[in-house]
Amino acid sequence: MGTDRGNATKRDWGTIPRRTFLKGAAAVAGAASLGGIPGIVAAGQAPAYPKGTKLHLLTRINFIPAGDTLFIAQAEEFGRQMGVEVQVERIGENDVTTRSTAAIVAKSGPDIIMFQNNFPHLLANGLADVSDLAEALGKEQGGYWDLSRANAYVGKKWLAVPYGCLSNTMNYREDWLKEAGFSKFPDTYEELREVGKKLKSMGHPVGQCFGHSVNDPNSWCYPFVWAYGGYEVEKDGKTVALDKKGTLEALKLNTAMWKDMFDEGGLSWDDASNNRAFLAGSISITNNGASIYFVGKDKFPDIAKVTNHAPNPRGPAGRYYHLATHSSAVMKYSKNQKLAKEFIRWYMDKKQYEPWFVAMSSYMIPPTKVWFDHPAWTKDPKLTPFRDSIKDARHLGYAGPPGAKASEALAKYIMVDMFAKAIQGTPPEESLKWATAELKKIYSA
Amino acid sequence: MAASGTRVSSLRPSRPGSPLASGLRRLRQATATERREWRFALVLLMPAIVMIGTFVAYPFVRGIWLSLTDTVVGREGEFVGFQNFAKLWDDSIFRRAAQNTVLYTAAATLLKLTVGMVVALMLNNLLGFKRILRASMLLPWIVPTVLSTLAWKWMLDPTFSILNWVLFQLGLIRFRVDWLGGPVMALWSVILVNVWRGTPFFAITLLAGLQTISPEVYEAASIDGANAWQRFWTVTWPLLMPVTMVVMLFSVIQTFADFQLVYILTGGGPANSTHLFATYAYQVGVATGKLGEGAAASLAMFPVLFMVVLFQLWYIRRGEGGVKKRGA
Repeated sequence: MGTDRGNATKRDWGTIPRRTFLKGAAAVAGAASLGGIPGIVAAGQAPAYPKGTKLHLLTRINFIPAGDTLFIAQAEEFGRQMGVEVQVERIGENDVTTRSTAAIVAKSGPDIIMFQNNFPHLLANGLADVSDLAEALGKEQGGYWDLSRANAYVGKKWLAVPYGCLSNTMNYREDWLKEAGFSKFPDTYEELREVGKKLKSMGHPVGQCFGHSVNDPNSWCYPFVWAYGGYEVEKDGKTVALDKKGTLEALKLNTAMWKDMFDEGGLSWDDASNNRAFLAGSISITNNGASIYFVGKDKFPDIAKVTNHAPNPRGPAGRYYHLATHSSAVMKYSKNQKLAKEFIRWYMDKKQYEPWFVAMSSYMIPPTKVWFDHPAWTKDPKLTPFRDSIKDARHLGYAGPPGAKASEALAKYIMVDMFAKAIQGTPPEESLKWATAELKKIYSA
Repeated sequence: MAASGTRVSSLRPSRPGSPLASGLRRLRQATATERREWRFALVLLMPAIVMIGTFVAYPFVRGIWLSLTDTVVGREGEFVGFQNFAKLWDDSIFRRAAQNTVLYTAAATLLKLTVGMVVALMLNNLLGFKRILRASMLLPWIVPTVLSTLAWKWMLDPTFSILNWVLFQLGLIRFRVDWLGGPVMALWSVILVNVWRGTPFFAITLLAGLQTISPEVYEAASIDGANAWQRFWTVTWPLLMPVTMVVMLFSVIQTFADFQLVYILTGGGPANSTHLFATYAYQVGVATGKLGEGAAASLAMFPVLFMVVLFQLWYIRRGEGGVKKRGA
């Protein structure tokens, strides 16, 4: 299944003899104390999984098909080496939560589920402890980024192994920016408003989703509030602090931007709408991952040529990002927990992860710091802003610790709806009051 | 006198009293043959009873229990009484969902009844192409809801809407309509999609009812000088009332508990302006993992639906009673 494995993988894959493969894996991974395939080789024992053992992994469908194709091929290779059957099931990202919930309640389902954001906190009761694996990988690979750790480390243990973050920055049309008379992308939100106003008057508005969709609306709204000094809760994780002056400023500015620069269909958009609109040439700027650029290179080369990326705008309190993290969790009900951990160890190993990271064309930021200087980030300078976003990323529920309550606020779209209500005509003060009251109900429960 | 071993009890008119008392009396007085038949009937009913028990009664009872606990995903909860319901009562999003659901159900049902009646009357008076037109009319009902709703999502997309394009070409609009973006427009757009989907159910059922009305009744009304509207109001509408009430009963139940349309079109947005009971229950129970609260949000529909069902069944029975008296 799948033959498109990306350029970097061609020298690594093909018909590798099993013993060579296992030795190679052992050499890369280190001592037998790490367990998994290296441990088995070092101990001189054959893997001990009964015939017919099946491992089931559930994940979202990626916007970069080449990455999925390679991952599935890697899973099949692991299965062949271990003498087990590995099933990789991919579904829409909005459906992963539903499936996870159903699986945990029924105590039956996938052995590994790849969660987004801080869902490991939300579903902690159903996840197995993977601290040994996560700690080992972190040590090997230069340590985790704060955001990756925040969303997978629950209480005093790792309940998921960080897999990566979806990068997102400002995607923009260089040609239209020049046409509007600007030589570089605006640095602040106020500057963006001026640039956007001009672009909209030329028929090229800025596009942003404010509907009920998992990624894009949150990637805009949270950083906007943070950039103006606002945040959800204080460090104690209990005191709701949203109703700050900074939040109101951000809300008012965004509301003004709505008429001035935004495509006014954004209230009914979902995560794919801005991709379509950008590639159809109806918007000039949008906050998004690199998926627009990659699809553009593949199917709309003329648009890709004039597409570039810039950091998120800056506010008085700084420049921030909300990046959707992905982590692999082993389910507590799974009867294949040991095998599941070995599989995670396998695909997180540099030998497997690197080709996948390259095939994903930097769409995902790896969770560990060793990848920061990888040449893939600078091979195409247009992709470098995505790499840098991880340094300024914050977790949901900032300034409190990450947790289930922040997940609840995210799932109920409190932040997004605060912006949407203001856009629809509710005075920003009232909209902020509503959001604060909703957060208080969540955090006081 | 009947032969030995047989009863003529089935020929006697049923006595007044509760159905249960009457049933138990008949059981006590039953012959061996009747008892065998009754047991055989029970065996035939068993699969349906098991299915309903497993997939309807058990989830319903479990849902009630969940709503009275603080269960979250992965952890069995403890009994908390009506705390979840109290929380919902205080929840502005829940109140908005309740308001939306009532408006959505009322508007969609009335529109489906109106359009369905018009379509049924037209199909009843067709002179040709009856089969093709009746079959085509059923298509919105037959196509899987998810597929048709996805198609509608495209048609109502703010950037690529074919609907906007057509209206613009016809000169009816100068600026695009954001069908799913405004707080009022979004809900009415969802109602429109529900009406499109549900009208065939009304039309086909009302058509069946229309075909039971004898043409002689219309002839008599025409001879008396009634015009088309008067014939509809004094003949068609009253005679169709039992069928109408039944179809409205089913429609209200289905529309009140609607989930798929809203989930696909808007996810309950923008800013909760299209949230219904079902979508909000899903958001609370599944997306946040709070199964107890989600069950409570879902169960909030039950009292309202129960009252609606009671009222309509009473109305139908009253109508049947009236017909029996007139016939006596």
